[in-house]
Order: sequence, then structure tokens, then C-alpha cells
Amino acid sequence: MNIHEYQAKQIFQKYGVPTPRGRVAFSVNEAVEAARELGGDLWVVKAQIHAGGRGLGGGVKLAKSLEEVEEHAKNILGMTLVTHQTGPEGKLVQKVYIEEGADIKSEFYLGMLLDRAAEMPVMMASTEGGMEIEKVAEETPEKIVKVNIDPAIGFQGYHGRELAFGLGLPKEEVGTFIKFAKALYDVYMDNDAELIEINPLIKTGDGKFLALDAKMGFDDNALGRHQDIEDMRDLSEEEPTEVEAKKYGLSYVKLDGNVGCMVNGAGLSMATMDIIKHEGGEPANFLDVGGGANPETVAKGFEIILEDPNVKAIFVNIFGGIVRCDRVANGILEATKMTEVNVPVVVRLDGTNAQEAAEILRNANIENIITAENLADGAKKVVEAAKGE
Amino acid sequence: MSILVNKDTKIIVQGFTGKEGTFHASQCLEYGSQIVGGVTPGKGGQEHLGKPVFNTVSEAVKTTGATVSMIFVPPAFVADAVMEAADAGIELAVIITEGAPVKDMMYAKMYASKKGMSTIGPNCPGIITAEECKIGIMPGNIFKKGNVGLISKSGTLTYEASHQVVQEGFGITTAVGIGGDPIIGLSYKQLLPMFEADPETEAIVMIGEIGGDLEIQAAEFIKENISKPVVAFIAGQTAPKGKRMGHAGAIISGGSGTAAEKMEALEKAGVKVVVSPADIGKAVKEVLS
Repeated sequence: MNIHEYQAKQIFQKYGVPTPRGRVAFSVNEAVEAARELGGDLWVVKAQIHAGGRGLGGGVKLAKSLEEVEEHAKNILGMTLVTHQTGPEGKLVQKVYIEEGADIKSEFYLGMLLDRAAEMPVMMASTEGGMEIEKVAEETPEKIVKVNIDPAIGFQGYHGRELAFGLGLPKEEVGTFIKFAKALYDVYMDNDAELIEINPLIKTGDGKFLALDAKMGFDDNALGRHQDIEDMRDLSEEEPTEVEAKKYGLSYVKLDGNVGCMVNGAGLSMATMDIIKHEGGEPANFLDVGGGANPETVAKGFEIILEDPNVKAIFVNIFGGIVRCDRVANGILEATKMTEVNVPVVVRLDGTNAQEAAEILRNANIENIITAENLADGAKKVVEAAKGE
Repeated sequence: MSILVNKDTKIIVQGFTGKEGTFHASQCLEYGSQIVGGVTPGKGGQEHLGKPVFNTVSEAVKTTGATVSMIFVPPAFVADAVMEAADAGIELAVIITEGAPVKDMMYAKMYASKKGMSTIGPNCPGIITAEECKIGIMPGNIFKKGNVGLISKSGTLTYEASHQVVQEGFGITTAVGIGGDPIIGLSYKQLLPMFEADPETEAIVMIGEIGGDLEIQAAEFIKENISKPVVAFIAGQTAPKGKRMGHAGAIISGGSGTAAEKMEALEKAGVKVVVSPADIGKAVKEVLS
């Protein structure tokens, strides 16, 4: 789960990770009021959406007067912001963050995530603040300093020194930087974060480090013990169909093709997408119905797949194990009664009791249900069906 | 022969009396696995599925001599259960539970390796030595005895692969579902040499997916250390960047962890990589004839 910049900064402040002062605003009036409260003569108006690249898309503006704050807030609130991370359809901006202007002397990058190979977190820093870190990693990897932090010992001084000296900081600034990095480590560990990125981390004219931007993602499996973070969830930032699917224990991801897929198991679901492509089709979605595949989940699956108007045919690919195929076949028949399915459905049921299942489907004699012998046969048939052949 | 587990392996179940634990433990018993007892705190002294229930793992190990634990406890208690098993001298913990926090697994695995305990999973179907010992939730009937070793991140894809291998007239020695979470126990790199050393295994199937670099590590290892033929399939060739595909670990981040790079690395290491998941069985036949 991801949160907004202003929410991440609230968490930072609790842990003593310094940020500029700021207020979130949901209307133009609130934006002006926030700027007035903050005082000073320079503000930044920042669109709050779950995507990077907001500045380039016109979602971050500098204001030198309250009138300018008002003008920018008017323009940004309600705009559809398109960045390289939102996709071409963009995202609607519903809130802005008003922040005091900062005196930027230099910009850095500081991030933290799980190093899967080392099986422990890694903190990364770079002098290339403001740049996309993936790009830096590709073009100038020598400009990234990385340090693994073994949670058994926690964040030690030397971790901070490796990063600080790696960034080329003068020795009088090393202590301040280490304090900053240590606090960030605590934010990461205490909150079961999956990713934290501060880009840019700035050094001000008077030698302070401030998190000018903040991005945070969390381990979904750990949200059960972080109600405060779960409360920060902004459903308007999530794909509505994916949210709906989750309620029924289905895992759905929308894609661009026209062949709908309903599969049991994440690996087989991905493999099903792959084989559709291999046979010359394009998958419309990833959908894992889980181990159960009962009538209700299958019916919901059909409903969710068919919400996408591009879908021309559906491939139901279930490998029956403990859940027997004959039961799944009956489930599919039930489901077609519960929800209207108006496209061809190719069904491949293999594994335990596959013969009986094929019999059940044949006897039901439903016009748009096509049975398949195996994985390859099913993929071929569904791609043909989607093409109208 | 086989790897890790066989008909004599003594197993306990942590989370024995819960719904999942009960159902799958009874299926394992039916398959012939030597489940010698289970642990449910507070229910010690009772009998369940005809086997003794203990309050603690250490008590269970002392009484039964079990060396393997199958773990079904709820996600929030997985780390505790794994560490308890490690402390009690269990040699291998098979963690079936889905949804354990990454941080918990980080600590649990660290402690397990300190105590010399291996882990499989979490969020996996388990391990099965065909027609001898099933420790997990896989449908046992799909795994006919044979000469192919199987390592897979995905559950249903493991069944699919085994099914294809059997349909081509071959069978399985041991199949290990290693799970698709960001932090997992035994992986390709540790399991491949076991299959290499197992005289009955003549070919190895490895099934991977997008995310992380375990398959790349495996490729490097295979090049240097594995003489038996290896067939591989990588799921998620069509997966978009930055999206999580069901498994917590199945996400392509910043262009790394793609199926394409894994397939290329494996091919370079001499592995027979199939593009279509329907060709796994055929490829096994090819490398074995």
C-alpha cells in the first residue's frame, strides 16, 4: 500500500526526520489559509497523487504571494495530472500540499528498501538528487552508495559514515546526516515499510538536511498491526476493479488485451497470460481466483472480467488439485446462472477428476462454453474465439 | 532416493488442530506421511487425528523424535512458530501459511540459520517425495514416482508441470514448492545440488517467475555445478512493470527482475528454457531421450 507525500511527512516528523513545514488542503480556500498560517513569503503548491514526476507534469508550483498560491491551487486542484508513472490517462488531483519554500544549497537522493538477495534492508544515497534513481543506477551506478543494514544489529554509526563520506559530505556535516539516516531507518523498520524514497533530500544554506519530497510504500501483509497506516489508505488512488476484486479474495490486475483470464494460483495465472500471448493473443487481465474456485468467486470473477469492454473471450484455466475438477465444473455452471456471460468461454479443467468435469460441461450443453483438452489447446481456442474465428 | 524427506521422515504439525492444519494433516497421513504429532498451545495432552497434541515444539520433539515441522499457524504467528521450531532442534520447517510480514520472515530466517534449521516457504505448497512423503497442501495423486526433480515458486504451476511430466511417461523424485514471497527459505541454489547428488534424479525442472534475482543466481550456479539436464519456465513474460502479480514477490521493479533477463541467463547457462508453459513436459522428454 502506498500513501501520499503529506502523510509520509507526518510519519517522518513523528520520528524526527526533518521536513519543511506544510499543510494539506482540499480546496482553494484551504490552500490560501494554509499558506497564511505557515507565514513567510515563499510557498510550494504540490499536487498530492500516488505517482512520481509531478513537477514535470505541472503539478508542483512555486508561489511568491498568497495570490499566487490561490492561482496555483485553482489550477492544480481538479486537474488530471499526467506523469510518466500515471499512464496516459493521468490521475485526478483532489488535494494539494502547501509547503514553506526552502533555501536549497544542494540536492541528494536517499532511499531504503529490502535487498532481496541479502535478505535485509539496504539504504541507498546518491549525489544525483532530483533524478530518477533507476536512471542513475543504469547510467552512472558509481554515483550510488549502498549499505546493507542487518536488523540484528540495527543502524550503527558506521552505516551512516559510509553513506555520508560516500556522498562526499564535509566532516562537519556528517553527524547531522547520520542522525537523519538513523531516524529514517527507524521509520522503515517500525512501520513495516516496503520502500521509502526521499528525492530530493536537500541541504539548506544553513547546513540542515530536509526531506523535500517523501514517498512511502508498506508491506500489505503487515498492515494488520498498523491501524494508523491502514487509516491513511486513499481508495481513490487505487484501481476500483482491483479494490472490488480484493473484497472477494480475488487478485486482479487489468491489462490492455482482449482475452480475459480466470485461473487458480498466481504462477499459473501469469503462465496463462504468457501462453495467450504465445498463441498470438493479448491477455486482458491477471485474475487469480485462489484455491477455492467456488460458484460465488467464479461468478464474481466473470463479472469483474466483463467490466472491461475490450474482453472478447474468456479463458478459464483451473488445475484441480485438492479442489476436484467436477466441483469446479459445477461451480462454473452455477456462476453462468448467477451472472450473464455474453462472450465465448473456453474452459480447461485438468487434474483430479478432469474426465468427470468434461462430461458435466458437455452435458450442460451451454452454447458459449467451449471445452479444451489441455493448456495449449485452451490457449489456442480462446485466442481464436477472441478473434471471432 | 529423493531429497530432504522420505517415507521415514518424522513430522509434526504446528497449528495442528486448526481448520487448515487438520484438513491437510489428514490428507498427508492418508498419503502415508509419518506425522507423529502436532502442537497447539493449550491443547497439550489431547489426541487429534489419532496423534498426540503438545503445548510446545520442544516437548513434541523430545517425545516423538520429529525432525520436520509443517507450519499452518496464522500469518502474524509464523515468525514465532519458526523460531520455536528452530530452538527445539527441528531440522526443516515447511511453512505453508500465506501472508506473513516480510520483516517477520527476515528475523525468522536469520534465527533459523543460526540454529542450523532449513526452511521452505512461506506461502508455498510444501514438499513431496512421490509415493513416500507429502508435507504440504499439494494433490498427492498428481505426483507419480519417477526420475525428475522439481523446484517451483508457484503452487498450481508445480502441479501443471508434474502433470505434464507424468503424461509424457516420466515421474517425479521430489518436488519442492519454494514459494513466491520476497524472503523465502531454501531456493534453487540450495536445492539444485541436492538433486545433482541424488542418484535417482536424472533431470531437473525449475519454474520461476518475475521479481528478485534467484533465477539469475541459479543460472550462475548451474553453469558451474550442475551436470544433469535442467528445464526451466519463467512465468510473467507478459507482466507489466511495477504491478504485483498475486505473489508478494512477483513484481518487476525498475526494469530488473524481468522474465526476459532470467530466461536469457538460464539459456546461457545451458538450461533448456521453454517459452510456453505447455511445453514443460515435452522439454523433459527431449532432455531425457
